[in-house]
Amino acid sequence: MRRVHTALLTIIAVVGCAGLQACKKSEPASTTAPIQTAPLPNGAHAIPAAAASPADDGNWVMPGKDYAGTRYSALNQITPANVSKLALSFTFSTATTKGYEAPPLVVNGTMYLITPYPNLLYALDLTKPGAPTKWVFKPKPLAASQGVACCDVVNRGAVYDAGKIFFNTLDGQTFAVDANTGQQVWSTQLGDIQKGETITMAPLVAGGKVLVGDSGGEMGVRGWIAALDEGSGKLAWRAFNTGPDKDVLIGPRFKPFYPMDQGKDLGVKTWPPDAWKIGGGTVWGWLSYDPETKLIYYGVGNPGPWNPDQRPGANKWTTGVFARDINTGEAVWYYQTTPHDLFDHDDINEIILADIPWGNGRRPVMFRPARAGFFYVQDRRTGQVLSAAPYGFVNAYKGVDLKTGEIIPNDDKNPKQGRVTRDICPAAPGLKDWNPSAFSPQTGLVYIPHNNLCMDFGAMEANYIAGTPYVGADVKMYAGPGGNRGAFTAWDPLNRRKVWEIKEDLPVWSPALATAGGLVFYGTMDGWFKAVDARTGKLLWQFKAGSGIIGQPISYRGPDGRQYIAVVAGVGGWAGAVVVGKMDTRDPTGALGFANAVKDLPMKTTAGGMLYVFTLPR
Amino acid sequence: MSSRFRASVLAFAMAALTLGACDREEHHDRAKPLGETVPAGQSPDTIWPGGSSPSPLDPRAKLYDNNAPAIAEGQQLFSQMNCVGCHSHGGGGMGPALMDDEWRYGGRIDQIAASIAEGRPNGMPAWKTKLTSDQIWKLAAYVRSLSGLPSKDAVSSRSEGMSSGTPQTLVSHGNIKNSDTAEQ
Repeated sequence: MRRVHTALLTIIAVVGCAGLQACKKSEPASTTAPIQTAPLPNGAHAIPAAAASPADDGNWVMPGKDYAGTRYSALNQITPANVSKLALSFTFSTATTKGYEAPPLVVNGTMYLITPYPNLLYALDLTKPGAPTKWVFKPKPLAASQGVACCDVVNRGAVYDAGKIFFNTLDGQTFAVDANTGQQVWSTQLGDIQKGETITMAPLVAGGKVLVGDSGGEMGVRGWIAALDEGSGKLAWRAFNTGPDKDVLIGPRFKPFYPMDQGKDLGVKTWPPDAWKIGGGTVWGWLSYDPETKLIYYGVGNPGPWNPDQRPGANKWTTGVFARDINTGEAVWYYQTTPHDLFDHDDINEIILADIPWGNGRRPVMFRPARAGFFYVQDRRTGQVLSAAPYGFVNAYKGVDLKTGEIIPNDDKNPKQGRVTRDICPAAPGLKDWNPSAFSPQTGLVYIPHNNLCMDFGAMEANYIAGTPYVGADVKMYAGPGGNRGAFTAWDPLNRRKVWEIKEDLPVWSPALATAGGLVFYGTMDGWFKAVDARTGKLLWQFKAGSGIIGQPISYRGPDGRQYIAVVAGVGGWAGAVVVGKMDTRDPTGALGFANAVKDLPMKTTAGGMLYVFTLPR
Repeated sequence: MSSRFRASVLAFAMAALTLGACDREEHHDRAKPLGETVPAGQSPDTIWPGGSSPSPLDPRAKLYDNNAPAIAEGQQLFSQMNCVGCHSHGGGGMGPALMDDEWRYGGRIDQIAASIAEGRPNGMPAWKTKLTSDQIWKLAAYVRSLSGLPSKDAVSSRSEGMSSGTPQTLVSHGNIKNSDTAEQ
């Protein structure tokens, strides 16, 4: 009997390891050498949607830079030829030590910073030496809100519009503050922490509305998106992402492209009875807006609990993309990226609005580097998928059927309650999580900061208790094939191919910035802020910050007419919770399994919160 | 199914579970118990002004602390009440780590029970209306056991429910020194 066991075990061990490079302890790959895998595209390429990306005025007023979400600055003083001289101009301590995911905003000589909890809003005077503080606004969110924030107490940004700064607080409020005086104009309570709702996303302000969604997909909340009147803060509409059509604001205008998304009250029928009431479907990522069609676009978060056996069905309208009328909230189309999500593959990543060459003209599309690992090009009028190609290593899905729009699952990776499913790639944070790409109209490329992580997933029954986690999974993550846990990839969306790639040892958790100078900027979790050549990926300049970088870099024109680059360092977020939460890495399941993948991070960086601003010497 | 067969199937399943992870994990015997960071009857993180004395240890402490059945039941409650969702299996996440030797609100069992019952201002829920006092004390006994404070023979060597990794009592310390082992 024992001999049989030994033989069987040997087979299992061999098969288990041979099939997966991730099993091997490989040296971290070089973090600088780009891999040129394809020539640059010649001739016609994609451009940002014109109405959603006005000419650059040198300010940076919203996280995405513009409604198209390009994160592209038209400033071009800093170039590959001179970036090696880029030098520190000034710094500012945010007085926080949690994950800093937001960009600074710059509006006509004033910089605004929104911090993680306690969500301090600073105004810095860029017209004076050293950028002294003009004012600080303290919204004083409830301390208890920290206890229902799944993945560090982050905030993804504020927005400037028409003399006011708009932002959300962890305890579920939206604030409007006078940009000159720092006085509150209005605040509106939208989320309820007793139900596990927090707000971490940056609002989108457009067409007289402030659009806000909730977080809490790990807490059994019922996700929604709301529109507030920009002047008064009064609720204009709220659409839930689960439940009956009337709650989801699905009516006669709703025309999903694919049969899988068509039908009445699917937000109820695709769930076990009443499970939609605690089924997640939050809106904690990014919104884009097309002023021509007056449509907003956003992705919906994961269904809850993570244990998929507790929610048989497609779990509409989670893990998909909605197009809605900004004025009424009516749903216009929807596309479900991963029906019946198995792996916490929220679909909340950025949506870049672009126009691509098509026949003799151009076609209005959206680019979506999705968490599940595919780069989607979709017609933004209808949701039709034009292409979907993996931009990194994926084994959890076999592809996307362009006829039906359906993702093709890999049944070998289907988690079952009461057992552990191993070597699922990408892991729960996806091939790419929330941190957005940048799109350069100069190169036509999308610059994707992302992960290379796989996981073991043990599903078990989750018990719903309002205000506590509703997950039902023990997860353990680790490096994917190659051993590098992150990558920075330049992607050609038209030819569906990688143009170059920089392997990073740690997950890349910072957003990207592209500039007209031909540069791309991003940060690493151990604190390097890097400038690389947009065409080749060659590392041209780097600066070591005092804490890991997960914040959005920006580029702006200062009052002196010079181009500046700014970023806030402050490790944290889900990937950095192991540092800011002072976690004990002997438990591999810590931070929903992320702790195991970044056990070494506490030795590579420490918590902090510091703004760094750079420019060229005179 | 004979019990012998069941036992061998179980042994096989557990061995397969362990081996499937290849060499990502190294297995050691249970880590040595940590030193007593909170001497019995004292609350080191509180000042008693004017030379007054700390409150005496709650007499219920001796019923639950180091009590193996209480710790085992506490471990079940730890999963059922979703404590695991925030604190993981002691490593922490949304909530602080419980297997280290840092206690924000005191590591004496009655202090832990008070934290569970009353909640704490940075996000710890108050459980006194949801759980009985007996359940809260069993949870406190388990939480204290995570840090290695109770004697070794009272702690179950198997974790309740399923973990995708080895039980936390068997997991290696990895490459970095943890704060609770660095000084010993």
